[in-house]
Amino acid sequence: MSSEAINRNRAVDWSLRAYIVLSYAFVFAPIAASFVFSLNSDRFPSIPLGHFSLEWYQAVASDPLVWQGLGNTLVIGVIVGVISTLLGFGAAYTDYRYNFFGKQVYLALALLPPTIPVIIMGLAMLAFLSRIDLSGRAISVIIAHVVICAPFAMAIIRLRLSQMDPALEPAAWNLGASEWATMRHVIVPFTKPAIFGALFITMAVSFDEFAIAWFVSGLNETLPVKVLGFLQGQVSPRINAIGTFVFVISMTLVILAQVLLSGRTGPTAADKE
Amino acid sequence: MQRDTLVSFEGVIKRFGGFTAVQKMDFEIKKGEFLAIMGSSGCGKTTTLRMLAGLEAPSEGTIRLSGKPINHLPTWQRDTPMVWQSLALFPFLNVRENVEFALKMRGMAKAERRQRAEQWLDRMQILEFADRNVAQLSGGQRQRVALARSLVVEPEILLLDEPLSALDAALKVRMQSVLKNLQRETGITFVYVTHSQSEAFSMADRVVIMSRGVIEQIGTPQEIYGAPRTRFVADFLGSSNIFTGKVLAASQSMVEVETPDGRLALGGGNLPIPPRQGDTATLTVLDTKTHLSVSRPTGAANIVPVRVIGEEFVGATATVYLETAKGHEIRVQKSHDELAGLPLDIGQELFVHWAPTDSHLVAEA
Repeated sequence: MSSEAINRNRAVDWSLRAYIVLSYAFVFAPIAASFVFSLNSDRFPSIPLGHFSLEWYQAVASDPLVWQGLGNTLVIGVIVGVISTLLGFGAAYTDYRYNFFGKQVYLALALLPPTIPVIIMGLAMLAFLSRIDLSGRAISVIIAHVVICAPFAMAIIRLRLSQMDPALEPAAWNLGASEWATMRHVIVPFTKPAIFGALFITMAVSFDEFAIAWFVSGLNETLPVKVLGFLQGQVSPRINAIGTFVFVISMTLVILAQVLLSGRTGPTAADKE
Repeated sequence: MQRDTLVSFEGVIKRFGGFTAVQKMDFEIKKGEFLAIMGSSGCGKTTTLRMLAGLEAPSEGTIRLSGKPINHLPTWQRDTPMVWQSLALFPFLNVRENVEFALKMRGMAKAERRQRAEQWLDRMQILEFADRNVAQLSGGQRQRVALARSLVVEPEILLLDEPLSALDAALKVRMQSVLKNLQRETGITFVYVTHSQSEAFSMADRVVIMSRGVIEQIGTPQEIYGAPRTRFVADFLGSSNIFTGKVLAASQSMVEVETPDGRLALGGGNLPIPPRQGDTATLTVLDTKTHLSVSRPTGAANIVPVRVIGEEFVGATATVYLETAKGHEIRVQKSHDELAGLPLDIGQELFVHWAPTDSHLVAEA
């Protein structure tokens, strides 16, 4: 047999496998439970289960408040995704292309927002946006979400740019492409997987984000804020139905981003020769 | 053959912050020649090429292309395509699209640029790979794509920045003849930057040797090999034995130098400016021009007693490494036949000798 087989300890192998299974169980059990109970006819989550039922999904689907929240969430999510990705691309390209005094400070500031506790961020956003008369509207949520999402987009696109052969851009100029033409025909095509990855990730972040949205959304509540409203009134299995739905959408976006970012993206500077 | 000047560097200096990469450079590139710029890393050869390509602007001086100053012309407005060390092929485009790129940027219609691209792919013998992704090609094929991509605009000049450095030895030799033939057939001026003596000397019509931002010598490979102008060039080429000493006597036709290894003479019409008596002088002799003998030769002018310290097999020839009484290393390169009769055991005492006409004076610099 190969050297692999003789250099392995069965006990270590099995304990590592058990470790992985337990880790995943820990992460996904609550989500799985929520999914299971969303299809259960009983009013309260309890074992043994009642019979299979879609009644909670029907209840959610017939609630106009849910549709309103979902509409807000989707519109805000798409707009936030697009704006954050544009800003993130600009910030990442600036970092890639230029060296300037204070670049380290620029990078630290650009990547800072996600490290600020969301409660602080939410309060600060509320205080600031209400002062300039922009609180309690959809645009308030958009502004606040762009602030936390743009750094993610920047980080993703920056990583892709760092894999680009540094000679690629000057090579395009040298072949007669102006700086704008090079941006359009070389930089954007090369970064495209990361651009779409960033778009989906930032949409997912905005879609899930609750705390800041709760502070600044006013009457234009997003779905997560609506869910909290339901919870405060009563514990209803409808939460499970919404939770399952939100989980599916978020995971879809994240998986799309994963596929784009790790999939076949052509050779990079690193794996040449 | 008298050729017109295509490019001239006039007092060009390039500084990066406090570091001077190229110091006051004056030289010309002739139309249709294959010029190699050679030197070790950091000597300024790539900076020189990048200034010509428009990727760096000179700090001082003027670069002219066909007589017109181009110092501040952006690279995309020059016709100075470059083949990059990394090749810098666009990974998101296929082979044909890579070659079409420059034509597309010049606004050429789709059908025409496709035809032009395919002509060049055919010429480079890679037409069958036109629809492949560049990642699927071998090193040599990618090399050809890079050449086609630069040559498709049919420029007057092509710049090459160590394009063969990533290839294995056999492929390197094959690509050298591809490049040389391509240059001869198209008549396009090639400016080829390399640190490899064999690449420069086998392909170029003229070679520029640079060191620390200064041009040490410009000439044909034969001129430079036969008569290195400075000590740096002699050292860099590694094919000359170098001796330094005080001038004992000097005339228009003969110089005698007292070196730690003995009294050495040179002469025979290669002394434009004879040194003065008492000056320090450095003289060189090619390792192929030195001879070995067991007994002290009679009548020879330059005789140095040596001990054998080693022997190296170099294909058709062998290099014998010797050491003088003062510990100065001397190399002698001979064919195996010429060495056949000699005892070459380590420690064996022999005599190295050569004719005064095979010695050259070089500048210390």
